[in-house]
Amino acid sequence: MSDTQTIESMVKQPYKYGFKTNVEYDYFPKGLNEDIVNMISDIKEEPDFLREFRLKAYRNWKTMKDPLWANINYPKINYDDIQFYSSPKKKPQLDSLDEVDPEILETYEKLGIPLSEQKMLAGVAVDAVFDSVSVATTFKEKLAEAGVIFCSLSEAVQKYPDLIKEYMGSVVPYNDNFFAAMNSAVFSDGSFCYVPKGVVSPMELSTYFRINNEESGQFERTLIVAEEDSFVSYLEGCTAPMFSKNQLHAAVVELVALDNAQIKYSTVQNWYSGNEKGVGGIFNFVTKRGLCKGDHSKISWTQVETGSAITWKYPSVIMKGDNSTGEFYSVAVTNDKMEADTGTKMIHLGKNTNSTIISKGIAAGESQNSYRGLVKIGPNAKNSRNYSVCDSMLIGDRCGAHTFPYLEAKNNSSSVEHEATTSKIGEDQIFYLQQRGLDEENAVSLIINGFCKEVFKELPMEFAVEAIKLLGIKLEGSVG
Amino acid sequence: MLTIKNLHATVEGEEILKGINLEIKAGEIHAIMGPNGSGKSTLAKIIAGHPSYEVTRGEIIYEGEDLAEMDPDERARKGVFMAFQYPVEIPGVSNSMLMRESYNEIRKEQGLDPLDPLEFEDYITEKLNLVEMDAKFLERNVNAGFSGGEKKRNEILQMAVLNPRLSLLDETDSGLDIDALRIVSEGINKLSGKENAVMLVTHYQRILNYITPDYVHVLVNGQIQKSGGKELAIKLEEHGYEWVTAKTEVNGEAK
Repeated sequence: MSDTQTIESMVKQPYKYGFKTNVEYDYFPKGLNEDIVNMISDIKEEPDFLREFRLKAYRNWKTMKDPLWANINYPKINYDDIQFYSSPKKKPQLDSLDEVDPEILETYEKLGIPLSEQKMLAGVAVDAVFDSVSVATTFKEKLAEAGVIFCSLSEAVQKYPDLIKEYMGSVVPYNDNFFAAMNSAVFSDGSFCYVPKGVVSPMELSTYFRINNEESGQFERTLIVAEEDSFVSYLEGCTAPMFSKNQLHAAVVELVALDNAQIKYSTVQNWYSGNEKGVGGIFNFVTKRGLCKGDHSKISWTQVETGSAITWKYPSVIMKGDNSTGEFYSVAVTNDKMEADTGTKMIHLGKNTNSTIISKGIAAGESQNSYRGLVKIGPNAKNSRNYSVCDSMLIGDRCGAHTFPYLEAKNNSSSVEHEATTSKIGEDQIFYLQQRGLDEENAVSLIINGFCKEVFKELPMEFAVEAIKLLGIKLEGSVG
Repeated sequence: MLTIKNLHATVEGEEILKGINLEIKAGEIHAIMGPNGSGKSTLAKIIAGHPSYEVTRGEIIYEGEDLAEMDPDERARKGVFMAFQYPVEIPGVSNSMLMRESYNEIRKEQGLDPLDPLEFEDYITEKLNLVEMDAKFLERNVNAGFSGGEKKRNEILQMAVLNPRLSLLDETDSGLDIDALRIVSEGINKLSGKENAVMLVTHYQRILNYITPDYVHVLVNGQIQKSGGKELAIKLEEHGYEWVTAKTEVNGEAK
């Protein structure tokens, strides 16, 4: 077996989250029209402002077209064939885990995300979103003592409508883009987090997304608001069963940081990516954006993207406040027939704003891995700085890595630095490490982990361990 | 320790080694000299198991075992070490981390417990002096941003850490200034002893001013054309490689 073949065999690892849970679903018709939007709003007993928000979004969406500019190829999606809302039949009772369908609890146990608080990792609160609905949120009381609100978005709509009205759509408007407009019309649930002035969240918050229903799309929204002088670290994990059909995931995440506030948002995305022939897998079209609204605020995105058949995702930061900071740290791994077009937008509006982009793309198999990033420095963003590094690594010779950096600087006092490299995981590197006694599998894993180190060190400890393991599963194994 | 018999090898179909015979015993230092393209670096890479080369005939016996049966990492764990002519960079992996992983692999092979980072730090600190390297080197990424001389010293540091039975030094002297050459040579001298052997591949005689070989072999066109003691290297320095090649051709005509 040649070296190239051996390396390629390492990337062929079974997807271990591919099981399906048998739960009953409430019936919901397929397709998208005003009736569907109204039905969702009815089920959720929403206030009028939200129904209006959905309808406006729907009407805009109808006039929009699928974005085709990204470096990805997928069959035209038939939106009439998608079920835009899906909910497990047993209505989740959010105050008690006893009310949650035991099948669903077991699912999260199997995924390594136990929802009973005795078993939880101390220091991480979880909101579990199963298909479209939040099924459980842990550690709510403890968070409430600190004044932190952490609950499902549906609950927040009922309990804190003023906050929702003020902030939802303030960063990603209902008509922002095709998929964001679709999400705004039909979003089912999601997580809401509010950290009041001066509060440092006493624990990491996390949302664990699970798609289970073959026919449905998943359309959740996350909204995080950090008031003045507050801090929150938020984690997001995602898995889905293996189906031969593709499922659509179109999410929206909005972050708002006021003066001196800091939000750290970390994602490990491991949606099912389809089989090695490219059959099945999640189409992941996500709009994530943070607004540094206040001076000296900071928003930091860290993502480890290892799944999905198609990824279309650009977590961005608008630095409106003076002296605010935006960061984007990304590892994107593609193999088999996966295609990822991911990156960020750093929009500098305030003075002395600072952004950092560290992107690491790893392509294996026959996959295509693209980085697409925009750095925009406005006329008033004097003395702003951006530093970007985009590194790509190729494993084998049938995959592709692409970099599309865009830059617009509208003043003279700002500086932008961009570095990019493409390397091939080389026979010479592997031989060097083997000559030092490491077997081929360890050699590859050491090279990959070294390549991603700058990103992994940004992840919270437990997540970093998880991410390294996940990359291990994706990129090593059956050698020989 | 090492017996090479009638070794033929090709890279991309082209024959580079055309019947090498060589015997290296414990405690010996062998210098392999020859002009560019003669196959001397290839010989070192083949002993280490580089996947680009194919052995077409002959055998390499190391400590009584046929190396053809072993992957490069297995050879390494059994004490075969190569100091690379062009050490590769491994971004994001610190020098100390690689050396600890590497040393622990070799300890595992020997049935010893792995060293934890603190124990390893004590162990490596004493080795640093040998190549006059600062501890700062350990935290830098493997060969990333190292000067040519630093890379070569780093190779000898690894040799010191791993304590191999057979060291293959592939043009370790090339690109070194006088001071670095002295440091590297002294390091190699301190590391050689009765239990281990060194095969030194070099183009120039000057490193042999510092390291005294027991045998010198001149490799031309994929074959060892001449073997002798250290005086052979001096003769080569005076007459150049043409002296050996010219003689070979004369012999050829005489046949």
